[in-house]
Amino acid sequence: MDQDLEVDRVSKRYNAHLAVNALSFAVPHGSFFSILGPSGCGKTTLLRLIAGFLEPDSGDVRIGGHSMRGVSPNRRPVNMVFQNLALFPMMSVGENVGYGLARRDIASTEIRNRVAAMLKRVGLPGAEGKRVDQLSGGQKQRVAIARSLVLEPTLLLLDEPLGALDLKLREHMKIELKQLQADFGTTFVYITHDQSEALVLSDRVAVMSAGRFEQIGTPQELYYAPHTAFVAGFVGANNRLSGTVQRVDGDIIELHTAQGLALHARCTEHVVAGNEVEAFVRPEVVGLARDAAGLATGTPYYTGRIESLLFDGANSTVLVREQPTNTEFRIALPQTGQFADLRESEMIVFGFDPERAISFRGGNDGR
Amino acid sequence: MADRLRSRTTATLAGDLVAPHMRLALFLLLAPALLWLLGLIVLPHVDLAVLSLRTRVAPRTYELGFGNYRTFIDEPLYWHTFVRTAVMSIFATVCTLLIAFPAAWYIAKIARGRAKSLLFVMCLIPFWVSETVRTLGWMILLRESGVLPRLLVELGITAKPVELLYHDTTILVGLVYTSMLFMVVPLVSALESLDDSLIEAAYDLGGNGLSILRQIVIPHAAPGIAAGSIIVFMLTLGNYLTPTLLGGKNSLWFTEQIYTQFITRFNWEQGAAFGFLLLFLSTASVWLGLVVTGQKFGDVMRRS
Repeated sequence: MDQDLEVDRVSKRYNAHLAVNALSFAVPHGSFFSILGPSGCGKTTLLRLIAGFLEPDSGDVRIGGHSMRGVSPNRRPVNMVFQNLALFPMMSVGENVGYGLARRDIASTEIRNRVAAMLKRVGLPGAEGKRVDQLSGGQKQRVAIARSLVLEPTLLLLDEPLGALDLKLREHMKIELKQLQADFGTTFVYITHDQSEALVLSDRVAVMSAGRFEQIGTPQELYYAPHTAFVAGFVGANNRLSGTVQRVDGDIIELHTAQGLALHARCTEHVVAGNEVEAFVRPEVVGLARDAAGLATGTPYYTGRIESLLFDGANSTVLVREQPTNTEFRIALPQTGQFADLRESEMIVFGFDPERAISFRGGNDGR
Repeated sequence: MADRLRSRTTATLAGDLVAPHMRLALFLLLAPALLWLLGLIVLPHVDLAVLSLRTRVAPRTYELGFGNYRTFIDEPLYWHTFVRTAVMSIFATVCTLLIAFPAAWYIAKIARGRAKSLLFVMCLIPFWVSETVRTLGWMILLRESGVLPRLLVELGITAKPVELLYHDTTILVGLVYTSMLFMVVPLVSALESLDDSLIEAAYDLGGNGLSILRQIVIPHAAPGIAAGSIIVFMLTLGNYLTPTLLGGKNSLWFTEQIYTQFITRFNWEQGAAFGFLLLFLSTASVWLGLVVTGQKFGDVMRRS
């Protein structure tokens, strides 16, 4: 498949701080690629390297197969949607969308037609004459994307464009962005610190930390088969339990936490008894029951006291303190409404399949 | 409804009880400013207006009329000086803008931290010295036996010292130098409020330096540019010291005509008429400038 973007061992250093550390990856044509990481992980630097606002210290960025070394941002076949959108307040919507075309010396009637067609495609037909401050947050978003897409770039970069929107609109714009991308077929590179945006929107996601990619994969791979403790901890909610390996049995290990809780988990790395490990158990992996008979047979189970109920519709969870070690577990409530009558400080039992709990060598964060 | 009624009653009550004291306090607080306005601006101008409409027909006998204004039109020297002052002032304003803009851009967008405040202070430093001393400094540098002509001879550029004072260019240099700060300050504040990502976005969409300057930077900074230009233009138009000292008797600045009428000729009536003409000139120029650039006076003054 054609690679629209190839990043080849790119590094960027700010004084002593290595913001981007010998990164390599490729984004195939027409796909939606996200870079997910906490703030300060270097994702904005990476995006600016691709857009051309920064030059890499070493390595090369190739867009559509051409090296971008020494090519200024206004000559790259790349456009960017800025975090604050950066619409030009001194221009009308039509002038904003037509700005890039006008810079290419295209006849004004042609520009007018293309702007009108583009505004229609993003669902704002006839908005040319409006002022930017007359638009709602979602409409501004669409104008910003239209302004870039009208230039038919090989690559569209998006720098957390949903960050400034309120929750409801953000949910709505997520769906709209995905539909726009599918519609236009343009390759999108999207950076965000919001894992839900990355998981919902992307074909592939790269999880970034301290200038490097921890893992690149489909959202499903990242969620169900994280390669490192960082990814397991960053993508989705997880119960994180650190302890010492007691026994190794194939790829299932038994570990004991400092509080004395014994549990089983899968470990794909090579560990021996005595190693420090971190186990991750997703809230929805843990089964909940009023008594031991209600749980799947054969899996170990624990008893706990409900500390608090966190009702959030389909995402409701309970915080449970395992007895007697007092270890905290966050457990998802099944959506059947079976446990709708749970009360705080009630005693329950819970257990999980060790195959679905994953562990990594601790201490070095799995790297 | 009841709520609104109650709040209105409280407001009226409060108004009745507090208002007299408050109004008195407010009046007392404003009194110095009002006295200043009335005593130093309104009254003298009213007096000048009356004065300018009196024509001396015989010693100690005056007649009401536009005679003083007619003298201005009939005597070419007067209105030549008037037009010349206006044109030179506009030219000085444009020069100041052209020099101040890159400086303001550097201070607002490129310099960081200490360098930024240092540059600002450097614009301010000349104002620690009185205008007279500053202008005399220019005279020391530029007069025939001064520093610059001697340097030119030393370097072999001119055979003998040349007189650099008493040229129109010298007046312009002095005016631009005096006005620089008043242009830089509003420009810096206008440019600082320009979001860097707008420039980056324009660059990203294919704009180059010139088109970004024309379509993004200047439209955004327009109120600042207008504010700076108005201040500089008014200061230049009303400047007396710089044209007189640097231009000598060739300077032909309109403020000198006013001075001459008042002090040398002791013709206060004519001087008052000239003063009003200058006021009219500056008002008209500013209004015209705002109309031509499509700016609103309120916006501009808020920016400055």
